[in-house]
Amino acid sequence: MSLLEVRALEVHYGGIRAVKGIDLDVEPGELVCLIGANGAGKSSMLRAICGLVHGVRGSVRYAGEEISGLAVHERPRRGLVMVPEGRGIFPQLTVAENLAIGAYARRDPDVRDDLERTYRLFARLAERRTQTGGTLSGGEQQMLAIGRALMSRPRLLLLDEPSMGLAPLMVAKILATVREIARQGVTILLVEQNAKLALEIASRGYVMESGAITLAADAASLLADPRVREAYLGEGAA
Amino acid sequence: MDIFLQQVINGLTLGAVYAVVALGYTMVYGIIQLINFAHGEVVMIGAMVALTVINALAKSGLSPVTVVLAGTGCAIPVCMLVGYAMERLAYRPLRRAPRLAPLITAIGVSIILQHLALLVWSRNVLAFPQIVDLRVFHVAGARISNVQLAIIVVCVAMMAGLAVLVYRTRLGAAMRATAQNPQVAGLMGIDIDRVIAATFAIGAALAAVAGVMVGTYYGVAQYTMGSILGLKAFSAAVLGGIGNVPGAMLGGVLMGVVEALGAGYIGSFTDLCRYGWLARLIGERCADGGHFVLFGSNYQDVFAFAVLILVLVLRPSGLLGERVGERA
Repeated sequence: MSLLEVRALEVHYGGIRAVKGIDLDVEPGELVCLIGANGAGKSSMLRAICGLVHGVRGSVRYAGEEISGLAVHERPRRGLVMVPEGRGIFPQLTVAENLAIGAYARRDPDVRDDLERTYRLFARLAERRTQTGGTLSGGEQQMLAIGRALMSRPRLLLLDEPSMGLAPLMVAKILATVREIARQGVTILLVEQNAKLALEIASRGYVMESGAITLAADAASLLADPRVREAYLGEGAA
Repeated sequence: MDIFLQQVINGLTLGAVYAVVALGYTMVYGIIQLINFAHGEVVMIGAMVALTVINALAKSGLSPVTVVLAGTGCAIPVCMLVGYAMERLAYRPLRRAPRLAPLITAIGVSIILQHLALLVWSRNVLAFPQIVDLRVFHVAGARISNVQLAIIVVCVAMMAGLAVLVYRTRLGAAMRATAQNPQVAGLMGIDIDRVIAATFAIGAALAAVAGVMVGTYYGVAQYTMGSILGLKAFSAAVLGGIGNVPGAMLGGVLMGVVEALGAGYIGSFTDLCRYGWLARLIGERCADGGHFVLFGSNYQDVFAFAVLILVLVLRPSGLLGERVGERA
């Protein structure tokens, strides 16, 4: 059974159909990426899965349960957590408070261990735990956003453009961390404009164009596909 | 008697109450960017409920402190219910509406609450039963009563309690997170509807206690008492920086002191006989230590609003309000 099963998903903004009937599956343990140009509807789809947009049609099943009617805050309680585009850290809360908010839905005693694990994963955050989120650099904020999501012990982590606005070195670092998180057993759906790096760490990929999935294959074949190479990897057709 | 010190003491008493009421405005604004104009009416309902209970128990033989506590104990849950109900029924359905809609609704809620109070408690000025024996202490030429002391102590304790709640608890962290980014707060598993409702209820509980204190201090209560008090507390919140919790505390206390000093000195400053050439012009009314006062202490309400206007012109974000711009 798929962990996430999206069927015929449509997102309407006013009269505009931003997502036009998408089918997408994520199996437990996979790192799946969704690539596509700006405005292809990638973020709309993630926001629809999280219940942040209205005008959604179709079905979203998570762990066998239809979740499209649930309130936004019910999803993280089931282990479905998103790191939103633009990071969405709380600028006036300290790093430690941001991370504590990540564990908001949890009541178990392991929160402290997870906090230490997060600080081990992102040593920079440990150094800055009493600083407010707004004072961090872009890369540190992205680490904080990912760390905060990990604090909720996700089963399925949705990452919306984690490399956006970061320096190349930091992009590589963040994506390496994403791969490390996947290796630790968290299922990940990664939305990225940086197609090359995303496909290099993913096992499977979807290509989205103007609201629809145009290609779906394992990551290696997508990396080799001339259409992908031309459109997303900046190479002329061979 | 030292007028300056005396007015500072009076101002601190009043300011402590303003601060507690201002917290209700600023917390609600911080979390949903709504100026809840009905908040002053919650203070009034708190005073009215307490007055009713205290009147009923005044001759019961219970100690005065017990009676006042019983009145407060009834006012708090009633006001929390009113605060919760206004959020649930009036503001929540408008969460996605343009900002003007909830603002106008707030004015409507304020009118409704006033007129409900009018139906229940009549239009008369009601005397708050004076069951507490007034004792006055002399400090460096000024007087401070046990009631004033109690008001200051209770307000400081409530503000400290609120600061602990906002900065040290799970609910407080959820409130601050929701204020900064409600959408992401939801994504982190925070039920923002509940957090917003809790914010209204907490603000209303503070307002209830403020209502009891104002009623006890002035000895009267009337269904209209909430509007001016509410506007002054709102001005105090703007002075401190609306949306900012420490700002509301600071703004409230400053507002009280400014108002008390203003009321204390406006008479002598606008006494035209003080100014030689004007005194000569006025002539015999100024002779033998006479006075020609333009504005008396009944103009004290002017100061709060003068401060409001000055803040809006000179520093719209308020004293501690540099945070307003950051909220996206």
